Amino acid sequence: MSRPVAITGIGPVTAFGLGIEPLWEALEANETGIKPLEAYDGTQWNCPFGGELPKDAFAIRKLVPKHYRKATKVMCRDIELAVGGALFAVKDAGLTTAGTGEGEPTIAPDRVGCHIGAGLICPDVNELGEAFVVSCDDDMTFSLGHWGREGMQHLTPLWLLKYLPNMLACHVTIVHDCQGPSNTITCWESSAPLSMAESMRVIQRGAADACLTGGVESRLNVLATLRQQYAGRIVNASVGDDPATLVRPFAEDAGGTVLGEGGGILVIEALENARERGATIKAMISGIACTQSITDNILTEASADSIADAITLALGQASLSAHDIDAVVPMGLGIPGIDRAELEALRISLGERGPTLPRVLLTPATGNCCAGHGAVQLAVATRAIELQRLPGRDTTLNHVLILTASQGGQNTATILSQESGS
Amino acid sequence: MSGRRVVITGSGWITPMGHDLDSVWKRLVAGDTMVGPIDRFDAATFPTSFANQVRDYDWTKYVESAARHGQPGMHTAFALGAARQAWNASGLGDMDGLDRRRCGLYLGSGEGALDFDSYQKSTTASWQKDLAKINEGSWHAAAAEYIDGAYEVAQEPNEPITHIAREFGLRGPAFNCLTACAASTQAIGEACDILRRGDADVMISGGTHTMLHVLGITGFNRLTALSTRSEDPEHASRPFSRSRGGFVMGEGSGVIVLESLEHAEARGATILAEVTGYGSSADAYRITDLHPDGRGPAAAMHAAMREAGIDPKRCDAQGRPEVQYISAHGTGTQENDAIETKSVKLVFGDNAPKIPMTSIKSMMGHLICAAGAVELITCLLIMREGIIPPTINLTDPDPDLDLDYVPNVARAATVDTCLSNSFGFGGQNDTLVVQRPRP
Repeated sequence: MSRPVAITGIGPVTAFGLGIEPLWEALEANETGIKPLEAYDGTQWNCPFGGELPKDAFAIRKLVPKHYRKATKVMCRDIELAVGGALFAVKDAGLTTAGTGEGEPTIAPDRVGCHIGAGLICPDVNELGEAFVVSCDDDMTFSLGHWGREGMQHLTPLWLLKYLPNMLACHVTIVHDCQGPSNTITCWESSAPLSMAESMRVIQRGAADACLTGGVESRLNVLATLRQQYAGRIVNASVGDDPATLVRPFAEDAGGTVLGEGGGILVIEALENARERGATIKAMISGIACTQSITDNILTEASADSIADAITLALGQASLSAHDIDAVVPMGLGIPGIDRAELEALRISLGERGPTLPRVLLTPATGNCCAGHGAVQLAVATRAIELQRLPGRDTTLNHVLILTASQGGQNTATILSQESGS
Repeated sequence: MSGRRVVITGSGWITPMGHDLDSVWKRLVAGDTMVGPIDRFDAATFPTSFANQVRDYDWTKYVESAARHGQPGMHTAFALGAARQAWNASGLGDMDGLDRRRCGLYLGSGEGALDFDSYQKSTTASWQKDLAKINEGSWHAAAAEYIDGAYEVAQEPNEPITHIAREFGLRGPAFNCLTACAASTQAIGEACDILRRGDADVMISGGTHTMLHVLGITGFNRLTALSTRSEDPEHASRPFSRSRGGFVMGEGSGVIVLESLEHAEARGATILAEVTGYGSSADAYRITDLHPDGRGPAAAMHAAMREAGIDPKRCDAQGRPEVQYISAHGTGTQENDAIETKSVKLVFGDNAPKIPMTSIKSMMGHLICAAGAVELITCLLIMREGIIPPTINLTDPDPDLDLDYVPNVARAATVDTCLSNSFGFGGQNDTLVVQRPRP
């Protein structure tokens, strides 16, 4: 692969809080961050649980530079989490940017790109509700005539900008003054690896030397959850159920997934630049390949053949063989049709050893972070390589395979390697 | 430019001005527009009550089996029509042995439309006036009555690539990006990069979008980005004029077939143009404003021309600049048109006034995520036909904007190289360079 690319910073954002440490500790202790929902009262819903960030874990106004606090008023939850994750990742990489404080930027702003996966952001139902209500006649019949005259005036002028998916990257580029190529990939759970693939291409074609990359999403709101419920992806659960056992990836009795929120941002850099500035090389990106599943049910199934194609292509990019892979971080949503496809793809591409490789399962701990899920997977794989450890035990990890198979059928296979093994 | 050469072998669009290349082209050359009152919902009291709507469109004519696509969102429906035209024009469907694992997709698709009526009913039915919030349990019950689940699930922005892949059996790399008004230009640029690297042989690319719905018009009205010239909608989109007052909403899709040159030549395909340059940058300035220096657009244009091996300030022996046409982003907002003009001058120097630069948004309206793809397809037609469609409604030029915007009347011209700009709300700037096929 031309111009090798390294991961030098990780900033996951999950139900356990900001940064890799609380997430890793929870994985070591086999704890779950899934708990009764606080974002809204879900007690009368099919699943009253979610992988939600603790309220006290995150105050975006305290995180951003002082001059940027005003802008937090036009940040929806997804934007807040992306900005928080980016600040952590940049600091983890040891970079100085416009967002980290005083001093010259470590990398020239026009040489830093930004690719952040995002989802279809739902507007705040209560914010809209107030505007709806003032648009109703006395008998509470809604009138578009009233909406056009008075109702819409109840929305802040910048209302739309809170909910455009590319506003995650927009705020991050402003905070850190990233003037290189910037994009927003919207392919559900594959958004973050696809973003990383694009960041890597950008670096390899010489359009940037480093990129902030990843994905973030929060679907813990009524409309987004309803859409997932209609899609048949959410597990049925009741108040009082044990949240630790709700998501059961690859189990025969798996019944669906639970929504989480978060994801993360990673810093990736051209290896030669990272070495030159003395950065810690946490992992190398040896290969990222993507394919499309063709299936009539893109909500709860995936094509094992197409996922296997992605794995085979990624191995080819990395000049590796099936036996070189030491562990897998699958998506493991607990949706039987997708879990089966992931497992079968491992068998097709890696042989009988594939399904027996050690697997790190994140969804039971974090919930499905949707457009951010792949970023959590990438961050955990990076940490595992850095520590030469899987949750619960030390091991040798030269190459770790990360899989995603999104709602909509976009598949990715990423191989991260330790520097000496790449 | 490094890596494999990339060419365009098919194109198609579904637009407010028609559903096929030729009829829309004739209207563009004639300086026609079809902007009129919104009739998809009652917008009579909105600050903006007009738009450029796609009308009389039946997506089922463009697919082999409508049943396989269920109830697609409007963005998907538009994209299926545009993709079918592009696919058929490319001749790929007739190719023996096409390896569909080497055929990918990269669209810049926006989201679909929330079912406003059902959402509103569910919300008002569950509203707790004293708490100024919904009761979530009541909302859930009301939603079960009002909201069509299949409709809602179909509104995801990656739905169009999923359906196009299904229609044509494409199993290669698949991406969707959503960078507002820059999305489809960015999608095409990145698709070219995938081909240059050799990660695919064919990429279906472009964009699709509709924001012509209650919340879309509401959002842009609140931003004061839309023209409110409701008394005279046909003349509302006025890029580069002194009286410009915002853009006019459009909708639709533009899709092209991109191939590596060797793949296209090996199968004897007709090559429409070569994509020789792509540049991308972020303004990193403010969420609502472009940087006043025009540094972001200028960086994207410079990068695209650097990749294409073009010197923007150079002329040939006849005094002709190396770029002979610029497809402007040209939204018709005060800020965009001024800064785009400034950045073009910055990049092209003395050559800037010599290069015709038009905005078809004056006729087409703004197709948001799809705009860049439709404008790039227009570049292909300009090179083929030797005519530059005008910027209409330019009857009171802004004295501070002094480039050649081809006002009001089309112009004959020999164009071999075009540059196409797209700038997104949020600061993403993207530029493509396309050139007449060369040996």
